[in-house]
Amino acid sequence: MIEVKNLKKSFGDKPILHDVNVVMKPGLCNLIIGSSGSGKTVFMKCIIGLFQPDSGDILYDGKNFTQMNADQKKEIRKEIGMLFQGSALFSSMTVEENIIFPLDMFTKDTRKEKMNRVNQVLERVNLVGANKKFPAEISGGMMKRVGIARSIVLNPKYLFVDEPNSGLDPQTSGLIDKLIQEITKEYNITTIVNTHDMNSVMEMGDHIIYMYQGNKEWEGNSNDIIFSKNERLNDFIFASEFLRDAKDMRMLEETGKISNDRNMKELTSDDAPELVPAPTDK
Amino acid sequence: MTFFTEIGKYLLMIKNMFSKPENYKMYWREFMHQCSEIGIGSLGIVVIISIFMGAVSTVQTAYQLTSPFLQKYIIAQVVRDTVILEFAPTLVSIVLSGVVGSKIAGELGNMRVSEQIDALEIMGINTKAYLVAPKILAALVVIPMLIILAALLGIWGGKLAGTMSGIISSDEFNKGLFMGFVPYNVFFALSKAYTFAFLISSIPAYYGYYVKGGALEIGRASTKAVVVTCVSVLFADYFLAAILLK
Repeated sequence: MIEVKNLKKSFGDKPILHDVNVVMKPGLCNLIIGSSGSGKTVFMKCIIGLFQPDSGDILYDGKNFTQMNADQKKEIRKEIGMLFQGSALFSSMTVEENIIFPLDMFTKDTRKEKMNRVNQVLERVNLVGANKKFPAEISGGMMKRVGIARSIVLNPKYLFVDEPNSGLDPQTSGLIDKLIQEITKEYNITTIVNTHDMNSVMEMGDHIIYMYQGNKEWEGNSNDIIFSKNERLNDFIFASEFLRDAKDMRMLEETGKISNDRNMKELTSDDAPELVPAPTDK
Repeated sequence: MTFFTEIGKYLLMIKNMFSKPENYKMYWREFMHQCSEIGIGSLGIVVIISIFMGAVSTVQTAYQLTSPFLQKYIIAQVVRDTVILEFAPTLVSIVLSGVVGSKIAGELGNMRVSEQIDALEIMGINTKAYLVAPKILAALVVIPMLIILAALLGIWGGKLAGTMSGIISSDEFNKGLFMGFVPYNVFFALSKAYTFAFLISSIPAYYGYYVKGGALEIGRASTKAVVVTCVSVLFADYFLAAILLK
């Protein structure tokens, strides 16, 4: 579990995070969402320790990370896995070498044991046989999966994921989201995902934190979002007509009502063009 | 950023390099890799430069020594001392500032921009110790070796050019080579070699490690690293000469 208490961070005179309080539980995908510049990346970097907060506490299973010395932080970091937006694979190393790197650095296992573990995680992310390929030779989706494999190879207790779907097609995005979700449950990891992909929000949002101008504006899960009356959240999540329709259809299904600011006519309009019938087999 | 802030940041980077390695074997592997990258990677250019610098020294010295009262072997003495005192350490270091410096700055800059350094930090690795220290240590081991090789090849190139063009005979060259040899000059050359090796590796490492932005900034950092390293080498060259050649 990760607890964030009264976290504040500013760059120069510009405040970025104002008194943020959050509890992130294990076995759940904790999503940090918000528009660009809302402070979600700074928030995540503060939790990991890449940025030093101005004040506040970050507790990893009760241990105060902000008050630790460099060596103590190192110990916590060994329990952290992270998937970066650009995957951050070591470009001079093969897939196998990328994944074995943390094992080489932090374990005294034999070569055979390490290779078994590498093959195990590669199988887990559906990349069997990609061992000898270099990052430049694989697709963006595969790079993300290698990144996930590298981040879980040491069985971390905490997994941080920064924009897992950036640059991926919707189908591959869905697969990556599913993989993160499965791994979170399987290993009972505290997973923190920084995203603004609405599919991810709806599919894997066990616990969602919506950041607005450096404040925690809203907290809930993907089901709560549908019924939320928070205007800023609704404007952010349901930014397009299509998504607003989807929200109202879901509300209609669940409660028989739609959001107050729209009427049923919009959704059941007869003005919509007729669908072209699919060609029949001869 | 002010000059003093940069100096402070640079010194802090050097200070933070000294920490207990997470895994000695991995650090050793990285050190050996850097030795190979810096040493083998620069060998070709060092060999070519050294031979030609010795050859040109012989030809130009012979051109300037026109007096019939001067013995021919003096050419070999001049070539030997010029190559050992100045050409091998300084000229080779200036070239290595470009070859090794841009490589180090580019490599670290790319790792910074593509978040590879952040990935290592999050794994709990001291990136200054793991990425910067092996480069500096490798440079301190390999660059003096390259400079010794450059001195030997420079003298050999001088002899080759002298004998092939008929300026000086092989025997005369050998006579001059061993006459009036001052071993302190080798100590001076090695002092320069170690100082320059540190500058050639640490300054580009600083510019690469702290780069911000994208591909354009990596290019700018590499260029700046090479320029600053070259100027630093020249300054250090003067100060060492002033201190050690009294």
